[in-house]
Amino acid sequence: MLLQVDGLRKSFGRRRAVDGVGFSLDVGEIVGFLGPNGAGKTTTMRMIAGYLEPDEGAVKIFNIDVAQERRRGQERLGYLPEGAPLYGEMTPWTYLRFIAEARGMSLEAARHAVRRAAQDARLGDSIQRPIDTLSKGYRRRVGLAAALLHDPMLLILDEPTDGLDPNQRHAVRDLIKRLGEERGLIISTHSLEEVDAVCTRAIVIDQGRIVADAPPAELKEKHGSLENAFAALTRGEERA
Amino acid sequence: MKKQPGLSSMLAIYRRELLSYLTTPTAYVFVAVFLFAIGLFTFQVGAFFETRRADLSGFFAFHPWIFMVFLPAIAMKLWAEETRSGAIEVLMTLPAPTWALVVGKFLAAWTVAAVALVLTTPLWISVNVLGAPDNAGIFTAYIASLLMAGAYIAIGSVMSALTGAQVVAFVLAVLVAFMLTALGAPIVADFFNGIVGGGLSEAISRFSILHHFDAAQRGVIELRSIIYFLSLIALCLAWTGLAVDARRGGAR
Repeated sequence: MLLQVDGLRKSFGRRRAVDGVGFSLDVGEIVGFLGPNGAGKTTTMRMIAGYLEPDEGAVKIFNIDVAQERRRGQERLGYLPEGAPLYGEMTPWTYLRFIAEARGMSLEAARHAVRRAAQDARLGDSIQRPIDTLSKGYRRRVGLAAALLHDPMLLILDEPTDGLDPNQRHAVRDLIKRLGEERGLIISTHSLEEVDAVCTRAIVIDQGRIVADAPPAELKEKHGSLENAFAALTRGEERA
Repeated sequence: MKKQPGLSSMLAIYRRELLSYLTTPTAYVFVAVFLFAIGLFTFQVGAFFETRRADLSGFFAFHPWIFMVFLPAIAMKLWAEETRSGAIEVLMTLPAPTWALVVGKFLAAWTVAAVALVLTTPLWISVNVLGAPDNAGIFTAYIASLLMAGAYIAIGSVMSALTGAQVVAFVLAVLVAFMLTALGAPIVADFFNGIVGGGLSEAISRFSILHHFDAAQRGVIELRSIIYFLSLIALCLAWTGLAVDARRGGAR
């Protein structure tokens, strides 16, 4: 099993952000996390990536408990945080070199890995320009390349296509589909159409709990459309 | 032999942080202001020429007071900027031990301080032209100043990790740095003398940065002063690491 998540719980102060999330993931699956803002998607992804520690429950990547052996777990996953934060004054090339070396790769291995990831993420000619001068779509692909550097089997991508124009979105989706062929992927998104287009499985989260876990086709069949499914399954109330 | 896993991460962090100091104007501005301030104090307040002595005592005497504003300004971005941009999430999901992040960042800021110190050496050359100073003593004072700079940066690093906002980090770091420095100033010592008596007030002043830098700036650095500065650095970096790791726990 690539990823096994059991009974994750996380509270911030008195607010329960994640309340008993559990699922598992195999190679070849592209899971779409769906849910209203504040439902607990990002918190769940952060716990899987080892950025946050769960209050309860466990995340196991290839049977390695991320809370117990954080670094061994993190060596096996690639993570794209929400908004794909980068260092604007660096170029994609220097940024990717930095991530590779910070991951403990030798200079030679880092150079090789950067070249491969840049190619996978279709970074092309702008790799020597300062990140600040690049388009949002390109920057997102740089973030993706950084998550791919060590060729992880598991990729956690938090809103990888958010804020991109249709062409950029299309390029990132193609990349996700390609990556999903021999890896396991979790992406979070607000675009139902995206789930339909790229995901093999949809996990709908509301108020910190999983309310549905099924292939998109099955959800569509049951509720008529993904929109209906989303509306029926989540309460969608605005939360502070 | 297999390379220590944290070490290459630390070096990568160090290089990146140093590069960011080199490629953004802020550090240049701060170093320029520092050089201007140290020059102003040395020549105007320290009366460099009027004392008619070939030494740098009027120069080193101002280091603690200028450092405690200059160095928190250099260190304030270390963690706060990462928090603001969200890049902290990238760093903390690297398979790197926390100490590698903390030490790498600290060393980069310390390097900037070292460069600023090196840029003051024309003054050292000048006194050699003007007379025959105690060069070994001046060298010792430089080393002490560098160690002291490390302590101020480590304080700045803690505050940057604790607050997540650069300006707040700067103000708090200056405040803490000022208190740690001024504990040794005669005016504070007199104040404590009046309340707790001579013995305790003497002990309090021994904990101050000023106390340990005072002897060193005259060219004599004691082992316990070296240990004092290194412990202060280690303590602040350990605290930084705890503050960074505490984020994983969220608001538990």
